[in-house]
Amino acid sequence: MAYVAVKGGERAIDNAHAWLAEARRGNPAVPDLTLAQIQQQMGRAVDRVMAEGALYDPELAALAIKQAQGDLIEAAFLLRAYRTTLPRFGYAAPVDTAAMALRRRISAVYKDLPGGQLLGPTYDYTHRLLDFLLAAGATPPPAAEAAEPAAAMPRVADILAQEGLIETHTDTGTEPGDLTREPLAFPAGRDIRLQALARGDEGFLLAMGYSTQRGWGGSHPFVGELRVGEVTVEITPPELGFAIDIGDITLTECALVNQFKGSKTVPPQFTSGYGLTFGHAERKAMGMALVDRAMRAEELGEDATAPAQNIEFVLYHSDNIEGTGFVEHLKLPHYVDFQSELEAIRRMREDTK
Amino acid sequence: MTALPPHVARQRWMSVLARATAADLADRLAACPALPDHIRLRGPESGLVMLRGRAGGAGSQFNLGEMTVTRCTVRNADGFVGHAYIQGRDHATAALAAALDAGLQDPARQPDLLRTVIEPLATAQAEQRAAQARRAAATKVEFFTMATMRS
Repeated sequence: MAYVAVKGGERAIDNAHAWLAEARRGNPAVPDLTLAQIQQQMGRAVDRVMAEGALYDPELAALAIKQAQGDLIEAAFLLRAYRTTLPRFGYAAPVDTAAMALRRRISAVYKDLPGGQLLGPTYDYTHRLLDFLLAAGATPPPAAEAAEPAAAMPRVADILAQEGLIETHTDTGTEPGDLTREPLAFPAGRDIRLQALARGDEGFLLAMGYSTQRGWGGSHPFVGELRVGEVTVEITPPELGFAIDIGDITLTECALVNQFKGSKTVPPQFTSGYGLTFGHAERKAMGMALVDRAMRAEELGEDATAPAQNIEFVLYHSDNIEGTGFVEHLKLPHYVDFQSELEAIRRMREDTK
Repeated sequence: MTALPPHVARQRWMSVLARATAADLADRLAACPALPDHIRLRGPESGLVMLRGRAGGAGSQFNLGEMTVTRCTVRNADGFVGHAYIQGRDHATAALAAALDAGLQDPARQPDLLRTVIEPLATAQAEQRAAQARRAAATKVEFFTMATMRS
């Protein structure tokens, strides 16, 4: 690509941005939206921006949504830009999702699983009819509470693993790669793939996951478990020398149970795909798990022929900040490129005369 | 019975302080003798911590994404050094939490601070968690078997 230095247009840009600010505010007779309102009442948008911005901070995500007029990819871009201004204090211990304070936990493979099925605050089973009471500003009645709190519950993957029916994951102890420090390179290990998917575009992961269900690299998934709730974040500051809790974050985890496979040395067993994402984001976590499993095709001795199984294809296109940068740069002046194309095509037309 | 290592009590109060708001802390502090003066050795300053997950939930680690964190270190007039690391970007909370961490390490102040600040906050936080768990339990599916009506 060739760019040419373009001068001029400053006043047009300033005026355009001033209009943008006015348009963002909307009719001043309508009350200004507060960050607390966005955080409290647009929670799923906040979660998506945190996940794709790869930065957990609900208040900043709310600000980004307000600034971007609800354009969630633009908002995620704002978070990615903001994080570059902060120093990194360190790494947290891996979150313990088995100890999650659950709001929701369901399994599509076991009806009577230990701990039971907790529906939590779900849109499943709603009729998708517009609720005009919300338009009227109705206050809902308080949610029901059981006499006894739900206990912490074992992960379904751990239950299956006890019987040896599913592949087990062990910690190899290797330091995971970090896309915020090292550019993406291939072959990309599962650590890098999971980091890329966790910050990947929800729509892209949904479509790629959907494609595997439609026959492009199918792996017959069941939702072993989907859980949503709060996990503790723990760090060990060097000046203290012991681990401390620094807060709680909301996560969604999806563990898929996929078609069995065996080999000469391993008896047939289920394999798994894994999704973990910031906030309450079931579609994202499920898409991530489908694509994670698809990208393991080669590792598991399957033919890797479908787009979702192509690691380079998936990882090069999962990031919507990079995607929007490259697609939207086409709007910037390409006057010189186009001039040369114009001249070339005129010459060619002359030659054919 | 073996004694717990000395940092266990400190871990607990630091975890309670990390989950409190500045308003919570100021409210509780109003109910006990004033903390000694302190100087700030570091911060409050905001930064990032990279969060991690495990492949499949139990396997090798991967980097999940970052979180904002604010830290502060103070030394109080009695010579105790207090640290705070808290989620988010609230400098006031981190500064208060560090001053409390310093005060809580002083055996002369600790019982009072535990009773008036830490225990009430711990109780409120536990109740908040329990309330969510009771709501979750209310959405537990009770399956029943359809009886066949053949006679």
